[in-house]
Amino acid sequence: MPIAPPATPALLDVSEVSKSFGSVAVLRSVSLQVTRGEVVTVIGPSGSGKTTLLRCVNFLESYDSGSIRIDGREVGFRETGTRQRRSERDLAKMRAETGMVFQSFNLFPHLTAAGNIMLGLRKVRGKSSTEARAIAEHWLGRVGLAHKADSLPAELSGGQQQRVGIARAVAMEPKILLLDEITSALDPELVGEVLEVVRSLAEDGMTMVMVTHEMAFARDASSRIIFMADGGVSAAGPPAEILGAEIENERLRSFLARFRASHF
Amino acid sequence: MGYTLNFNLIWRHFDKLWGGLLLSLELAVISIAIGILIGLLLAVWYVSAGRAVRTVIAAYVEFIRNVPLILLVYLVFYGLPTVVDIAYSAQTSFIATLSLYSGAYLVEVFRSGLEAVPRGQLDAGKAIGLTPWQRLVHVRLPTMLRITLPALSNTFLSLFKDTSVASVISVPELTYGAQWINFNTFRIVEVYLVVTAMYLLTGYALLFALRLVERRFRAAH
Repeated sequence: MPIAPPATPALLDVSEVSKSFGSVAVLRSVSLQVTRGEVVTVIGPSGSGKTTLLRCVNFLESYDSGSIRIDGREVGFRETGTRQRRSERDLAKMRAETGMVFQSFNLFPHLTAAGNIMLGLRKVRGKSSTEARAIAEHWLGRVGLAHKADSLPAELSGGQQQRVGIARAVAMEPKILLLDEITSALDPELVGEVLEVVRSLAEDGMTMVMVTHEMAFARDASSRIIFMADGGVSAAGPPAEILGAEIENERLRSFLARFRASHF
Repeated sequence: MGYTLNFNLIWRHFDKLWGGLLLSLELAVISIAIGILIGLLLAVWYVSAGRAVRTVIAAYVEFIRNVPLILLVYLVFYGLPTVVDIAYSAQTSFIATLSLYSGAYLVEVFRSGLEAVPRGQLDAGKAIGLTPWQRLVHVRLPTMLRITLPALSNTFLSLFKDTSVASVISVPELTYGAQWINFNTFRIVEVYLVVTAMYLLTGYALLFALRLVERRFRAAH
């Protein structure tokens, strides 16, 4: 009897990834599969390795062992079995397949909102200036900033900058979007407008992995929640299970208790 | 003390001063252009290279910074041609010296500028799939230039003043023009008053123009 292929092959397959900074282990054999269209939220105390994990997925950080595959292709290393780092050129190509939104926005300060979005479209995707401009305007419209196309980042509020950051990432049509605490640097009244954009992307079926402290949003918007502690996956499951009333995992319970105490 | 100021002889030879001023500006502009090129290349090389290259670049910077400019001018104009079989005019020799001189200062300016570009911006460049070269050209250099622009205009201003050193090898720039008039008319107070005013006014004009440019760029920061 032939072996049936898995029903939904993972779009992102993180397999037993470990990483140390010096003698400090930040990731301990982390495994995580994300299928197309899923929204996976990673929560956990600071220092638990959430951000590092995300940065390994697009190889902004290298890792010591294990493998990370997107659509079956190893991200940072050549597929020769020798763990040889890919060339910078290949890494750039691989990274273009993922989008990333940063906690501190990281917009290019010398380029307008549209210019920020157009840079990758032109230099990486090879679009003409006219095409890139049209795509940039489309996405600025999607994030509610059509009227800010020619504004420089310094002229935008934090929430607006972050929405440009999201537009810059999704305009590249990545296979997967990585969101690294994207509302943590925002004033509370600006958080909503950014999360609204993320929600609409989720409804469009964008595959996302996000690190966040917005528990309410995580519960509503994600299909799965991963709880990380001490560099490992401590608990994983649907939101109702992870954030529900009956939690057996001791660390998760104390994390949530501490979180609730500090937020209410 | 019966000295009466008489500027007539100065005005009669004013073409020496005017031509000298233009040459001073020309020397400064050409030298800073070459200096920027040297500075950029070495700074980019420095931040991406290993220890050996860094040591060599640092040695160049330290050498230039610790030797008086006038000595460098003598070394290149009188010293070098006696050791190596090359010939060049005083003017070419001075441009070469001032370029190497400003280059050394600008390596430092650009290096610290490159290192001051926030890592997050470089990460963002990586994340959208830019190659290292594209990140340098489209992300790192534009931000670095904005950071270093004030230091760059300061360097240009001191370079403009430093062109006066060229008079010691008889390059007919502004200070040389002043000396020429002095030798031929003995109107020492008048000529140096006029020349001081010319340096001052030109310096202020340059400063004003450069600050305008800086302000335009700062708006984008």
